[in-house]
Amino acid sequence: MPKATFRISRGDAKGSQFVDYSTEVEDGMVVLDAVHQIQAESAGDMAVRWNCKAGKCGSCSAEINGMPKLMCMTRLSDLPLDQPVTIEPLKAFPRIRDLVTDVSWNYEVKKKIKKFKPRAPDAPDGTWRIQQEDVERVQEFRKCIECYLCQDVCHVLRDHRLHPEFIGPRFLIYTAALEMHPLDTEDRLADLKKRDGIGYCNITKCCTKVCPEEIHITDNGIIPLKERVVDRYYDPLKRFLRVITGGD
Amino acid sequence: MQYETREHDVLVIGAGGAGLRAAIEASAAGVKVGLICKSLLGKAHTVMAEGGMAAAMANVDDRDSWRVHFADTMRGGGYLNNWRMAELHAKEAPDRVRELEAWGALFDRTKDGRILQRNFGGHRYPRLAHVGDRTGLEMIRTLQDHGIHLGLDVFMETTVTTLLQDDGRVVGCVGYDRQRGYVIVFKARAVVIATGGIGRAFKITSNSWEYTGDGQSLAYQAGADLMDMEFVQFHPTGMVWPPSVRGILVTEGVRGEGGILKNKEGRRFMFDDIPDLYKNQVATDPEEGWRYTQGDKNARRPPELLTRDHVARCINREVKAGRGSPHGGVFLDIAWIKEKLPNAEEHIKKKLPSMYHQFIKLAGVDITKEPMEIGPTTHYMMGGVRVDGDTQMSSVPGLFAAGEAAAGLHGANRLGGNSLSDLLVFGKRAGEYAAKWAKDNSAGRIDESKVDGAIKDMLAPFDREAGENPYTIQHELQDFMQKLVGIVRQESELVEAVGLIEKLKERAPKVSVAGNREYNAGWHTALDLSSLLTVAEAITRSAIERKESRGAQFREDYPKKDAAYGTFNYVTSKGPDGQMQIRKETIRELPAELAQVIKENE
Repeated sequence: MPKATFRISRGDAKGSQFVDYSTEVEDGMVVLDAVHQIQAESAGDMAVRWNCKAGKCGSCSAEINGMPKLMCMTRLSDLPLDQPVTIEPLKAFPRIRDLVTDVSWNYEVKKKIKKFKPRAPDAPDGTWRIQQEDVERVQEFRKCIECYLCQDVCHVLRDHRLHPEFIGPRFLIYTAALEMHPLDTEDRLADLKKRDGIGYCNITKCCTKVCPEEIHITDNGIIPLKERVVDRYYDPLKRFLRVITGGD
Repeated sequence: MQYETREHDVLVIGAGGAGLRAAIEASAAGVKVGLICKSLLGKAHTVMAEGGMAAAMANVDDRDSWRVHFADTMRGGGYLNNWRMAELHAKEAPDRVRELEAWGALFDRTKDGRILQRNFGGHRYPRLAHVGDRTGLEMIRTLQDHGIHLGLDVFMETTVTTLLQDDGRVVGCVGYDRQRGYVIVFKARAVVIATGGIGRAFKITSNSWEYTGDGQSLAYQAGADLMDMEFVQFHPTGMVWPPSVRGILVTEGVRGEGGILKNKEGRRFMFDDIPDLYKNQVATDPEEGWRYTQGDKNARRPPELLTRDHVARCINREVKAGRGSPHGGVFLDIAWIKEKLPNAEEHIKKKLPSMYHQFIKLAGVDITKEPMEIGPTTHYMMGGVRVDGDTQMSSVPGLFAAGEAAAGLHGANRLGGNSLSDLLVFGKRAGEYAAKWAKDNSAGRIDESKVDGAIKDMLAPFDREAGENPYTIQHELQDFMQKLVGIVRQESELVEAVGLIEKLKERAPKVSVAGNREYNAGWHTALDLSSLLTVAEAITRSAIERKESRGAQFREDYPKKDAAYGTFNYVTSKGPDGQMQIRKETIRELPAELAQVIKENE
């Protein structure tokens, strides 16, 4: 079988270097297979996070030849194997070791977003009636597997490191799913504007490009949220009314 | 020895559907809850569940009721089920589904806006609430997003290696943080095991790396009974090509939407062999089968929607007879429905989006245009910790189990869709009764010498030099379990497997690993070996005892069902000498009312 070289970034928060590993490759292999093979053959202690190996759990996010991707869904046949395949961890989060980063910030962000608050059941049997078309708009956002590739590629987080002020595309989509949920009654617009920093997003759509679930993050999620925020806070008439009524 | 100590009233090990639901329930009861997950929160194997959750809500067919669901579950399980669990499950599943909706889950809808339900193998009526083919993701995310607001202490990427006991009663456990490698001692008044299955004991599996039988093994080592360990479900449809994705699940939903199985000669071989138990329920021709999948209430199901054990064996037979596909499977064809539906391509993409995605991305196959190649894959463990049907407590006081890690509901074979509902129904019950136990009992005493011993065992692979590579042992085990204890079994091969397991049990404690304790995959693999070997041994020894074919167990040397084996379960426990023992436990007699329910649904 032919061999290919994988240039894997190894190290921890203190420092790292690329190490080349050569391993046999066969038809149909994905990057994660190669990493596992290297682990079993010659680098038993190499750190890599993965789980389902079918593109459903969003654990094995990494940067392959500089592109944020799921290792389990990136086939070797789609990469030029005449040169080394570089594999690096996500850049928007601190590295723990090798290909594994500390993504705990994401979990903290999610906790702060106001939770789902349904309206009272209104059907005679004590449940709700919802139409399929109303479900579908939100189902798109709920496909998210929380791989955080969108967070990784977002320049506000990756380059400007504005984690304390900006929740990132993943949680804008999460908020959009709640705001557009046919049963939800909560109001998250004030949070979006102030605490969550929706204004930082300047719609470069990098997040949409890397989403493995092909969610239209910017067009279907962030832009409608921005419109709602603008509509409430920047509409001149509403602004005037707010001044006289003293609302936020 | 250095370690951190954490204290909770209820500690839940495992954060898939069952663990999350248990943690939510215990928390609602007002006790302090810790939740341990081996991976990150929200990544557990529940995300892989595709087809849906079975609940007799009768939204699509008003003939459905808990009685029919109960009868279907018992029939599917070869009547070895814990009937009390099957009863509670059928009665409570609809409420658990509606509760999920109240927490934000968005299921597909019927025309009048109710939760839509789909057909699945072994279920008489359309019964599975679903979200396309990503129902598991919807479920775990809903539970996760609900749970994070309840003040649970979540320990991500943490593995438990030893349960701690005080005079028999479970009072905590010892584990390690996978990210940084430090040791944690958890004190708890009650512990819930919700660690899922054992698929990683086999080579071809739909299961993720987490499924190493940790929960079953922890319970066994603590003296709890395991039950029905011979019953491992081989899902009929896993991917077979390319090699690196071999085993990844192809949802039964494909067949529910009209997909058919064909051999290389193009023959729909499932019509060739229909078991007596289902004769009255199967379509007489392909046309009737198609009408069934499209919701015709007067039609009977196509034979592709028979129980998983049967379909898997039929596929196996075709492949062995040389009538398989190029890569050793058979063909699953959903593209053919274009003969029936004008907008078939869009319909398939809408109903089975992640299957479309999975095949295009991983195999380069467009399922709207060409058939898939599929074959059986190790999928689900019917056996597990033996529990009380109402409370989910094991035979060890203070130790509870729920979901795939527990035994009983599914008997000898699980129906598709009954797992997600199992997680919710019995996750809730385990959480409720664990919280009650925690309130009724004082904190136990932690034996420091046991803690020290557990830590010593944990770190031993670093101390040894020039030992074997843990991956070698893991791969050897997976290879021979697949070959000798797989879908078709016989005495001589099972006995051979026991011998091989015994040899690996001697080698496993001698492996060594390099590097340090931070996110060290080699070390993690070394520590999982003991669980894998325990469950592999329990499966194999139980399979030897059951000298008949029933449900998921097919014995080539005893190919018939034997009524004498239908009255008891095989129970596995650790003997006083430390050796594994298998004994029979008679099934309690079915109450007259439930016997009547089964009779009226025959």
